[in-house]
Amino acid sequence: MLSLRRWLDRLEPLFTKGGRYENLHIIYEMVDTIFYSPPDVTPTAPHLRDGIDLKRVMIYVVIAVMPAALVGFWNTGYQANLAMQDLGIAAAPGWRGETLALLGLGYDPASLADCLWHGFLYFLPIYVVTMVAGGVWEVLFAGVRNHEINEGFFVTSMLYALILPPTIPLWQVALGISFGVVIAKEVFGGTGKNFLNPALAGRAFLFFAYPADLSGDAVWTAVDGFSGATPLAVAASSGMAGLESAGITLRDAFVGSIQGAIGSTSALACLLGAAFMIYTRVASWRIMAGVFVGMVATALLLNAVGSDTNPMFAMNWQWHFALGGFAFGMVFMATDPVTAAMTNPGRWVFGALIGVMTVLIRVVNPAYPEGIMLAILFANLFAPVFDHLVVQFNVRRRARRFRQVSS
Amino acid sequence: MDDIISLFVRSVFVENLALAFFLGMCTFLAVSKRVATAFGLGIAVIVVMTVTVPVNNLLFKFLLDKGALAWAGLPYVDMSFLGLITYIGVIAAIVQVLEMVLDRYFPALYNALGIFLPLITVNCAILGASLFMVERSYNFTESLVFGLGGGIGWALAVIALAGIREKLKYSDVPEGLQGLGITFITVGLMSLGFMAFSGIQL
Repeated sequence: MLSLRRWLDRLEPLFTKGGRYENLHIIYEMVDTIFYSPPDVTPTAPHLRDGIDLKRVMIYVVIAVMPAALVGFWNTGYQANLAMQDLGIAAAPGWRGETLALLGLGYDPASLADCLWHGFLYFLPIYVVTMVAGGVWEVLFAGVRNHEINEGFFVTSMLYALILPPTIPLWQVALGISFGVVIAKEVFGGTGKNFLNPALAGRAFLFFAYPADLSGDAVWTAVDGFSGATPLAVAASSGMAGLESAGITLRDAFVGSIQGAIGSTSALACLLGAAFMIYTRVASWRIMAGVFVGMVATALLLNAVGSDTNPMFAMNWQWHFALGGFAFGMVFMATDPVTAAMTNPGRWVFGALIGVMTVLIRVVNPAYPEGIMLAILFANLFAPVFDHLVVQFNVRRRARRFRQVSS
Repeated sequence: MDDIISLFVRSVFVENLALAFFLGMCTFLAVSKRVATAFGLGIAVIVVMTVTVPVNNLLFKFLLDKGALAWAGLPYVDMSFLGLITYIGVIAAIVQVLEMVLDRYFPALYNALGIFLPLITVNCAILGASLFMVERSYNFTESLVFGLGGGIGWALAVIALAGIREKLKYSDVPEGLQGLGITFITVGLMSLGFMAFSGIQL
């Protein structure tokens, strides 16, 4: 590690003002601060001493999402291998098949390595395109606007790639992340200055612009000609009985071996990430608790109300929790510190709004089987108002207390 | 009763006048810099809409519609061509009354709203609500609920926008986009969030 530091130090004069690559300073800065905390110190008071900076916080989130990503790779490969077995396809076509053959791997759904690598080969191009397309915008804005490259993009790109279906065309990946990074974030000034979650905004843009490639039954399994609905879509059309006859158990849904976006099917892995982020205090447990409580309350209410025509009313909260992207959204998307509410009571309300809206969209809105994405975007809109109300309430309470004391 | 509730929910969220129909944009964009003012404006719009839509409904039913004058012995008269001017007249009168009430009892809000209070008269969300009422042939109760719901929906939207714009004070918007430009983008992104409701059949 020391030699890396020495190497970076030796290069530094080239990139500082007057150096040969002065224009590329932002890129040097980015690489440098990935490995080391920046050397800058605060010259004036107040002095706050903490070893963790924004880049470290973001890297913690990426670490926290790893379990979900790994289970996601496995599941993507597992679903594909199952479908290939069903359809009697011997090998994956194109470069994926060649790579797998090179690695000496087969297509056995029971083999961990086979599934993991097969799924990873679907994630990899999506992630690379996300990084390149989004990264170009980041560097462009950082260069022109004279700010540093925002470390938030690390997290955004990872989360964005994990909530896409594995079969999505790569040009759409590039288009979606461009929308998310430019319109939802950079025009407001970059990390910390936006009000909508960029990853979700990009995903929602794609969802409305190209519904055929982001919803429906054919997109979730990476095998041509195989059509498998997500459990939420199954439940929306034929209810809990439909789930049962499709052979989906609550345990499958909780572990994550179901149809869905690449990385967001496993509630279990998301909970691991949640534990890590709450332990390191990177994410707010209040928001997660709020989402959970809102979801449970709404699900119980709708169970009690019941409906003869809409089978989704009967879905209980355990299923709502395990299916779809609920856990992923609750843990990684809702807790985005920039776009969520920032006061503690505001966080509870913000979370609860997401939970309530998710269940309502899933149950009441026939247009979308999944609700968490739009629920979070909707709650993002009201987060500043919640904060405003909490602050006003505090101001009023303290003014009253002051009057009492002074009179 | 179910119809009334679903009409209310639909007019607040699904067919939000500001973010689904983009009505009342001028006031929406102009009076959304501070949350407190936006609250006041929102309440003013709710009051004006809740009063004007049912009043216009009565006028339409008993004066303007084809055959509406049957009670006066004129069953063949059709005065619906006077619709637009009548509705605007009613709205203007109600806004005038509201203005006097605010001036007398809430001078702070009156000053904060300034020119935009009289401009509510030509707020297309409010005229739009009356026109929707005619087009969808609501009865009196429905138009009351629709006026209230539409007003609340518009108020919610303007309050949310004001909250976001207060937060955006700390943003670093490129020079060319500052002011209205970024507000337009904000409103566009907001209506992306409100897409959550599109497709709900009540």
